[in-house]
Amino acid sequence: MSLSLQAVGVDKSYNGTSVLQGCSWSFDKAGIYVLTGANGSGKSTFLRICSLLERPDRGTISFVDRGKTVQSNIALMRRMTLVLPKAGLFNMSVSRNVSYGLRIRGISGKEAADRTESILKFVGLSHKKDQNALTLSSGETQRIGIARALVIDPEVLFLDEPTASIDEKNTAIIEDIILQLKQQGRTTIIMTTHDRAQAERLADRVLLLEKGRIV
Amino acid sequence: MTSILEGFSKAFSLILHLNADLMGIILLSFKVSGTALLVATSLALPLSALLGFRKFPFREFVISILNTFMGLPPVVVGLFVYLLLSRSGPLGFMALLYTPSAMIIAQTILAFPIVASLSHSAIMGVDPVIKYAATTLGATPFQVSLTVINEARYGIMAAVIAGFGRVMAEVGAILIVGGNIAGFTRVMTTTIALETDKGNFELALALGVILLLISLMVNVLLHIFQKKGMAGANR
Repeated sequence: MSLSLQAVGVDKSYNGTSVLQGCSWSFDKAGIYVLTGANGSGKSTFLRICSLLERPDRGTISFVDRGKTVQSNIALMRRMTLVLPKAGLFNMSVSRNVSYGLRIRGISGKEAADRTESILKFVGLSHKKDQNALTLSSGETQRIGIARALVIDPEVLFLDEPTASIDEKNTAIIEDIILQLKQQGRTTIIMTTHDRAQAERLADRVLLLEKGRIV
Repeated sequence: MTSILEGFSKAFSLILHLNADLMGIILLSFKVSGTALLVATSLALPLSALLGFRKFPFREFVISILNTFMGLPPVVVGLFVYLLLSRSGPLGFMALLYTPSAMIIAQTILAFPIVASLSHSAIMGVDPVIKYAATTLGATPFQVSLTVINEARYGIMAAVIAGFGRVMAEVGAILIVGGNIAGFTRVMTTTIALETDKGNFELALALGVILLLISLMVNVLLHIFQKKGMAGANR
């Protein structure tokens, strides 16, 4: 792992309601970090702030690569990605959804096709590549959301409740994908789940959030 | 009753025999309205994107103006363009009055708020999760905007078709600024008005049938695009 992340004293509130209070953590080892806690504990907010999708009210998020702080810009954003609970697939074919991250990086042609095909096989949905993504089931949608993130080979992968509101079969498939990624050892995975048992099954490190604090 | 049936019979005969006058009028109508729509769309899309993606002073005011202007009375637009282009008007030196160009200007003004406002609504209707998804996948702000516009494509197409329906069926503005000159500025709607006045119902009815068919086609297309757009919105 070359990219590590440090959150220091992160505070966040919405409309005067405090959601995060002084959250600090150093995600400096490859593996799986699972943020868990009850609904409203602030784990998704912390994840969105760590992935730079939102800004904290106070505190800092910094990324370090081989001892040097990396500037927060588009180049850094392209080294990581976040899969949201509602994957937000585009109204286009499954394969075009998966190759989106490659196209915006200027990767096309055979390389893009091969990488897309390989990731679709990895998530077990290559037979659906020509189907419109909006016609998929919720479980398949989430798997394509993960495939779309993995095709760009992120150094840090954020997963926000990746198995919330999907069936057991798809949950098992997604857990298996996460464990395979862990075995490959190239990606730091930071995910949230409200399922404590799932956190124990997957995590190298479990972080418990309660009322906006890491306890 | 007999004269109406006779009128329809002669009208269908004109259509079936591809009457030269009829075809000339239809062609000019498409040319004028098509050009107006093209110009209006080229101006309206950047504005709708700007309104959809950027916050700036008076943004809400611009949106309100666009919404209000969607119902602009064509005769008022005709009068306004007439005053601009008349010999004593500020653009009188261009000698555009009673030309197809004047008709294009008037129809552009009519189509612009419709295309801009409905396209803006289509862009705003895209689920915000699309923007977040594109951002987290590493898209630049410009790429995010293009992605959102792409997601709104069916709504935007519906906006363009609605604009086309508006200008194609319009008569007040083009009658004032075009002058209804035979073979030069006479289009379908102005011909219907004139021929009805003269009691020549065959050509008026033939053009009426064609206008109805165009209107039907426009509505079918609108329905298709709105349905596709809804499918995207209900993801």
